[in-house]
Amino acid sequence: MALLEVTNLSITFGGLRAVDNFNLTMEKGELYGLIGPNGAGKTTVFNLLTGVYKADEGLIKLDGLDITGHRTAEIDRDGIARTFQNIRLFKDLPVIDNVKVGLHNQFNYSTAESMLHCGRYHKVEKEMDEEAMKLLGVFDLDKERDYLSANLPYGKQRKLEIARAMATKPKLLLLDEPAAGMNPNETAELMETIQLIRDKFDMTILLIEHDMKLVSGICEKLTVLNFGRILAHGDTKDVLANPEVIKAYIGE
Amino acid sequence: MGVFNMLSFLNYFISGLSLGSIYAIIALGYTMVYGIAKMLNFAHGDFIMIGCYMIFTIVSTMGLPPVAGIIVAVIVCTILGVTTEKVAYKPLRGASSPLAVLITAIGVSYLLENAALLIFGADTKSFTSVISWSGITLAGGQLKIQGVTIVTIAVSLLILVFLQLFVHKTKEGQAMLAVSQDRGAATLMGINVNKTISITFAIGSALAAIAGALLCSAYPSLTPYTGAMPGIKAFVAAVLGGIGSIPGAMIGGLVLGIIEILSRTYISSQLSDAIVFSILIIVLLVKPTGILGKNIQEKV
Amino acid sequence: MRKTQKKTLITYAIVIIAYIILEIFMKAGLMSSHLKGLLVPMVYYAIAAVALNLCVGILGELSLGHAGFMCVGAFSSAIVSQLLSGAIPDALRFILALIIGVVISALFGMLIGIPVLRLNGDYLAIVTLAFGEIIKNILNSIYLGVDSAGVHLSLKSQMALGLADDGKVLINGAMGITGTPQDSNFTIAIVVLLISLFIVQNMIDSRDGRAIMSIRDNRIASESVGINITKYKMTGFVVSAAIAGAAGVLFSHNIATMQATSQYFGYNVSIMILVYVVLGGIGNIRGSVIAACILYLLPELLRGLNKYRMLIYSIVLIVMMIINWSPALRDKRDKLRKKLMKGAGHGAA
Repeated sequence: MALLEVTNLSITFGGLRAVDNFNLTMEKGELYGLIGPNGAGKTTVFNLLTGVYKADEGLIKLDGLDITGHRTAEIDRDGIARTFQNIRLFKDLPVIDNVKVGLHNQFNYSTAESMLHCGRYHKVEKEMDEEAMKLLGVFDLDKERDYLSANLPYGKQRKLEIARAMATKPKLLLLDEPAAGMNPNETAELMETIQLIRDKFDMTILLIEHDMKLVSGICEKLTVLNFGRILAHGDTKDVLANPEVIKAYIGE
Repeated sequence: MGVFNMLSFLNYFISGLSLGSIYAIIALGYTMVYGIAKMLNFAHGDFIMIGCYMIFTIVSTMGLPPVAGIIVAVIVCTILGVTTEKVAYKPLRGASSPLAVLITAIGVSYLLENAALLIFGADTKSFTSVISWSGITLAGGQLKIQGVTIVTIAVSLLILVFLQLFVHKTKEGQAMLAVSQDRGAATLMGINVNKTISITFAIGSALAAIAGALLCSAYPSLTPYTGAMPGIKAFVAAVLGGIGSIPGAMIGGLVLGIIEILSRTYISSQLSDAIVFSILIIVLLVKPTGILGKNIQEKV
Repeated sequence: MRKTQKKTLITYAIVIIAYIILEIFMKAGLMSSHLKGLLVPMVYYAIAAVALNLCVGILGELSLGHAGFMCVGAFSSAIVSQLLSGAIPDALRFILALIIGVVISALFGMLIGIPVLRLNGDYLAIVTLAFGEIIKNILNSIYLGVDSAGVHLSLKSQMALGLADDGKVLINGAMGITGTPQDSNFTIAIVVLLISLFIVQNMIDSRDGRAIMSIRDNRIASESVGINITKYKMTGFVVSAAIAGAAGVLFSHNIATMQATSQYFGYNVSIMILVYVVLGGIGNIRGSVIAACILYLLPELLRGLNKYRMLIYSIVLIVMMIINWSPALRDKRDKLRKKLMKGAGHGAA
């Protein structure tokens, strides 16, 4: 059974069909790319998959479960985590707390225990701290655990955002232009990080990117969107050699 | 309460329309600033109060004709609004929290109230109406409508027409629409966002001055806190009609004014405020975008 | 010990040390009776500031009606104390009144929160403002009495209550509540302050607190990691309302005749508390306590400047907000800080 099955996904905004009949099948463990010119509807697809927008038509199934129409927080609990085009960290929280918020639903104690620091509080806090540090370690951020997240350099902020998404123990990870604003060094490091996540956590990853070096470097398969519609899809090599795809990017 | 009297009901209804017109004019200022500058100008109600004190000073203290008072009030309020925006609100554009400009606006409101307290004193001033027309009498002397009432309703309709024309037919008005929908895109299209926002505040504040003239003509007691409550109620009206919508502000204002006057008359004057504010709660529960409001999606 | 734990312990220490010093002054007869009378109000305004900072600084929502929650806590606890006065030991009665005052304020917090908090926008400010005014007006028009037949309520007059001879008037319309046992002394007030600090500071350093702050910092990201936004907004707001209610309980047990007037529970009071929060630092709980104490005592002791006090506060408020929150000024500050840090060889936040 495929991990992600998207069928006939469509949405219209004020007369404009932003995403038209979008289909996608992803197997577990795939590293998949979603590319296309600016305004093609890629982030809109992400927003549809994560419940930010409600699709007009179509079906989304995750691991056999129909998650069409679920709202954002629920979709995260269903198993889809994402990062954003403009990094959305909890700016005034330290690095480790950003991850701990991601771990929120993996651990539990009541509001009363929160207010009184009694009962399960100490034990669970210790567990959360250990789990958060483990995760930060994977992303090489453990030394910066008490830094204010807003003070991290850009590349590390992006890694932190990914770490936080991974903390929610997703089945599918959506990365929206993770390399945006990065220099070649940071991008290379990011490519390693993404592959590390896929291998170490057996993660299935769908990413939106404009950086072709990254796309051709790590994506196994691609779907190309143009004007909200699928232009091409398949193995990365074949898609990138497709003359229609090249024309869409270079323009008429 | 007594027997339901059609004529007196009509009288109260018209009073409600008049009060509602004042709320509408105030709400127009609120809604324009909210839609274009994306902030709640808490000090708006106090701009009204400043306008009233200007008129009071010019007319009652200096003995000049009401027209002069209104002109001075409009000028002073416009300058006040534009200056406030430039000095207190503009530096906070793009601040990490929307609370920043909101709290600052409260600070401005507080500042104006206390400045007025120091300058004019806490005693209630008796405001001389700017409208000397005593009104008309209908139904063979049984229905008397005050001049203030009629002028207020007429002025608010004029303002509505003027604003709709301005927004849809002039370059500056179109710029305001563009900025309210997408500030980034408007900048890219060459629109001077700063100028547009300044114009918005100028118009809103001028409207506040006019609302003040009409408010204090109808309800002639003036204190530094006179503008606060009508300001808040006008915000309720703006929300009711659909925040960001000009016709919505008009409808919201009229409906609110009618409900307030009728509940004050037929239920209780103490509970009328509670009723007015419960309308806010009901709107937020049922349709937060208001009667004419549109749902604006946040960019993700 | 973690940095946050150290910070919170210092806050408790500051309060306890200040308490000890002031108690010594009082017992040694070195304190004017004027100042003695200011101590309890100073503390309950500090509690109110802590409550409001939880809402504004931690949850990131503006409430302009916290005086209304104080009012609710004050009146409900006063009624309980009046009803049970003499029937049970005083200490127990006060604790019961405190609990009920807090619970009823929390309930009102829930009532307001349910329609408003699920929306994203500035609605809470106006709704809480309206709440503060309305609750004051309603309590002003209520006549409440109790006798052997039960509870009587009237909106018209004391006579209309129709109380039997053994009846007792609890709320006398605009005359308010008279004769509540004067339980609030400095010690009890400090204890309530310490409990409030305990709860708030604990919440901040907890799973719930992190969820609440994540909503403040980036609601969309918070949703994307599965946080139930409405639930945690409600949690923050209701706890904030409850603590404000506790401040109100201290208020009603510190005053012989309590009326629901603007002076005690009006918009100005809510703004005053907001000023304490802003000047003490939005999000800085210790700052709220210190700012409230200083800003409350100062004008009471320096009666001369009283006329200009509000004006000065409003100007300072505006200036502080712009300095702290203007992106342009923040950039300048960060650049300056980075320059200084490079010199000192720092790296951490």
